[in-house]
Amino acid sequence: MKSIVAEGLIKTYRNGEVKALDGLNLDVEEGTVLGILGPNGAGKTTTVRILATLLKPDSGHATVGGIDVVKNPKAVREIIGLSGQYAAVDETLTGWDNLVMFGRLYHLSSKAAQARATDLLEQFSLTESAKRPIKTYSGGMRRRLDLAASLIIRPKVLFLDEPTTGLDPRGRMEMWNVIEELVKEGVTLLLTTQYLDEADQLADEIAVIDHGKVIARGTSDQLKSQVGGERVEIVVAQGDLSRAREVIDRVTGTTSNLDEGLRKLSAPVSNGSQSLIEVVRELDVAKIHPLDIAMKRPSLDDVFMSITGHAAEEEVAEEVKGKKKRGAKK
Amino acid sequence: MMRAFTDALIITKRQLLQLTRVPEVLIFSTIQPVMFVLLFRYVFGGLGANIPGGYVQLLMPGIFVQTVTFTLAATAQGLTQDMEKGLIDRFRSLPIARSAVVFGRTLGDGLLNIVVLIVMGVAGYIVGWRPTSGILKISLGFVLLLFFGYALSWAGVFAGLISKDARVVANVSFLFTFPLTFLSNAFASTTSMPHALQYFAEWNPVSTMVAAVRQLYGFKNTFGATANSYPSQHPLTMSLVYMVLLLAIFVPLSVHRYNHAGDKK
Repeated sequence: MKSIVAEGLIKTYRNGEVKALDGLNLDVEEGTVLGILGPNGAGKTTTVRILATLLKPDSGHATVGGIDVVKNPKAVREIIGLSGQYAAVDETLTGWDNLVMFGRLYHLSSKAAQARATDLLEQFSLTESAKRPIKTYSGGMRRRLDLAASLIIRPKVLFLDEPTTGLDPRGRMEMWNVIEELVKEGVTLLLTTQYLDEADQLADEIAVIDHGKVIARGTSDQLKSQVGGERVEIVVAQGDLSRAREVIDRVTGTTSNLDEGLRKLSAPVSNGSQSLIEVVRELDVAKIHPLDIAMKRPSLDDVFMSITGHAAEEEVAEEVKGKKKRGAKK
Repeated sequence: MMRAFTDALIITKRQLLQLTRVPEVLIFSTIQPVMFVLLFRYVFGGLGANIPGGYVQLLMPGIFVQTVTFTLAATAQGLTQDMEKGLIDRFRSLPIARSAVVFGRTLGDGLLNIVVLIVMGVAGYIVGWRPTSGILKISLGFVLLLFFGYALSWAGVFAGLISKDARVVANVSFLFTFPLTFLSNAFASTTSMPHALQYFAEWNPVSTMVAAVRQLYGFKNTFGATANSYPSQHPLTMSLVYMVLLLAIFVPLSVHRYNHAGDKK
């Protein structure tokens, strides 16, 4: 059964000047994880906000758990949890206060809300900080508490909007572990991220979105195979570059890519490690000693690049600049 | 309906919890009005040489009304902060009544006003304020003040929901409420103002409230009321009309805005 279905969602802002969603289609099978991958401004957050009933689409329709998000938002709110960029907690209150308050707002009895708060704090390794104000929490702890708050009613469908944006590597790893545990328990998860490795790590299926549309969809492996097979990459000293290129082009029978700045050559190969050995042998014969040599499977970065024609990071950098400008105007 | 009310109470309780976690908020929201009481009492005290009981009898209702008027800014700032932090989005993703969060917020700010009014009343008593009308009318005066603050709080909800920055909304709210409290009969006689301002001052809800509360405390409103205008003749009625108007306009507007919070993003 499909837990989430979105059909032809369109949403524009500022009287139609900005098209956030441009006919977005999605569906998520019950109990699976869909990663929505895209740069900032691609429409990820708008998609989540519509599915979580915070925003009405201009047209198109969507159901969560079989319930129409526009016609019956209150019933949808009974079965979802939302956490991430745009959900939050009261910073002056303690972790415990927050969880009890949200439990009460989910209409648990006072006793049940307290019991659930205790359990969740335990589950997210926050028991020791339960009685401290959130203000004193680290970024990772805040996110975990925020996530805990979205799990109070054991939602059937969970939305995580960029759950690790802004966290340090350790905080990210902790969040990943927590999310993987949740997924094992069978929740249907829709996760947005601008990190390709995050989608790779957590999602069963990935939908790549750009300019408000899904532009590719599949498992991480399927998407990677769209880009092509393995490549051999070598880094050599500056003086050896042109000779090394001749060797590689001869062995692989293709024209290699050259990154002059990194002094890196790469070329597609068909025989896996066999080709690698051959390249090494021929380089040795030519008396070229590579500084680095590796077999690379395509990353999701390559996927993104090949589908959209631009790298994910570039656009992110631009978008961040734009955000700062907007921030200054406030 | 019952559920909406209990949901709102949970939001109110959150605000009271905040006060216990950050007691400075309560301390400073009472220190400021008490400071006003002392400053005005001793700086302008000489103004009322001919007033029975002295200037302080007219001053206290003025300061009470001024203080509850500032509730507007407090409510607005609180809501914008919640929006900035993303809390409003979280509340909106919960299966609670559409009005619960804003209703709970106004209740919380109203409760805070009770504490503030009590502290100010005691401070006023210490510096010589002596209402003469008996306990029932005095209590009615305080109830009227609380309702006025409550009605303004809803205007604050709307201001808070349409704003993007908590500091800005607090300042803008003061730009409205501060002149409102001074272009009135709260601290000085309106008869010495330029004619156009007198007209404004008499229709100003702050003036009608101050006059109504003065009456309830047993003092004739000797500041203003020169033009025999309707508000100066019937301050209590006009005050009630203003409150009903405020609520009739801002309750539906605010609830609607809350449900569409974030649409403009």
